Amino acid sequence: MTALAALTGYYLRTSFTNKFAIVFGAVQPLFYLVIFGPLFSRSGVGSWDTLVPGLLVQLGLMSSGLVGFGIVFDQRFGVLERLRVTPTARSTLLFGRVLKDSAVLLVQAAGIIVLGYAFGMRAGPVGVLLGLLLITVLSIGMAALSYAVALTIRMELFAPVMSTLVIPLMLLSGALLPMSLAPTWLDVVSRFTPFRYAVEALRALFAGSYTSPTVLWGVLVTLVFVAAGFTIGTKVYQRENT
Amino acid sequence: MIHVRGLTRSFGAVEAVRGVDIDVSKGEIVGFVGPNGAGKTTTLRMLTTLLRPASGTATVAGRDLFADPAGVRRRIGYVAQGGTVGPFSEVGEELVLQARLYGLSRTEARERVAGLLEELDLAGCEKRPAGQLSGGQKRRVDIAMGLLHRPELLFLDEPTTGLDPQSRTNLWGHVRRLREESGMTVFLTTHYLEEADALCDRILIIDHGRIVASGTPSELKAVHDAGTLDEVFLAVTGHELREGAAA
Repeated sequence: MTALAALTGYYLRTSFTNKFAIVFGAVQPLFYLVIFGPLFSRSGVGSWDTLVPGLLVQLGLMSSGLVGFGIVFDQRFGVLERLRVTPTARSTLLFGRVLKDSAVLLVQAAGIIVLGYAFGMRAGPVGVLLGLLLITVLSIGMAALSYAVALTIRMELFAPVMSTLVIPLMLLSGALLPMSLAPTWLDVVSRFTPFRYAVEALRALFAGSYTSPTVLWGVLVTLVFVAAGFTIGTKVYQRENT
Repeated sequence: MIHVRGLTRSFGAVEAVRGVDIDVSKGEIVGFVGPNGAGKTTTLRMLTTLLRPASGTATVAGRDLFADPAGVRRRIGYVAQGGTVGPFSEVGEELVLQARLYGLSRTEARERVAGLLEELDLAGCEKRPAGQLSGGQKRRVDIAMGLLHRPELLFLDEPTTGLDPQSRTNLWGHVRRLREESGMTVFLTTHYLEEADALCDRILIIDHGRIVASGTPSELKAVHDAGTLDEVFLAVTGHELREGAAA
């Protein structure tokens, strides 16, 4: 417990001293909100209450999905090895990082939501808070997976591979335009990505239907995703580096 | 303090360590030397739980390496070859985090870090990013990382490589003092044999993944009828260059 508190506190301190990085991590969804949002809300496809949930999942992919980049440096400078030689459990070493990542995501998501309200979003506070909870939980799985990928592939490949991979994942989730508009094949493909369920659950929550099947599916898929992500993350973290 | 029999480990087709036996008693300073690629770092990383041996038995600091790796970690310090802190990280903060991972409370951690920085001639470096320190200072920070929990046994992987003679002498002084003041056992690798001669009670020479010679510096010199450890080293491991061998 001491170890987890120390790690999380340490990572939070180092992250939040760099405020620019926190804003920059959310820059893509911010662009979409400010430049694409006004078009979207007048397109007849949906309102700000449709778009903002999508942007939150985009944020999850862009912010938590790319955190693995940080561990690449820790590995290079011997920090990772130094942490591994302490008696602290490997899962704790990973969880400390991931807790920081979800805290950063929470702050970024709150910023997007506040801006969304300023533009004309009308979602009720309960739905928004539940949505924040869901996206924060989802980010744990994303961050853990991101670290797993970073520790597995060659370090110079991480940035190009991941920043390319998150684009189709984001588009397939229906984050920008709802998948209800999609032709059948695209709709089918998108059902194989976990993020679609999160986007739809967030939209339902923002619309005020807290117990609809869409929300339950979203929660279920997210929990499975987080469990899988954290298990894989811990396994990779545990693996000896050769 | 260390009892190892038949330790092996391969990487793919490369047999890095092929059956190593090591015995180190409490309070000894042992130098572990060998050409690049001989298996020094692989052996060290196995003894410090970072790499799982393929076979063999090992007790390190009184704990079984295979059955109780966490128990081993609690009792040993390990300072890797490549450093421990990123260039932009504040030394003090990193040390406090490390101390807390060894179970010290926040207050204990701060006191311990302040004390260690003082002991290792690093007072005043606490708030500085590691990238601004000199090579010798950085290396002493790395060593502090391995000492926070007052381990019984300290592993140092090439602690003096790349340092100027002043920093090297200073660092050896610290290692000696650790043993004198707290009876710490020290197991270190080095390429500077004249220093190993002056500092170590015993030398182990490893080559091609096997221990090829061991003894006190004077025993080794007597057996091989050599004036210096460098001569012993070359007699035991040959004169040819090891270019292309993995580090």
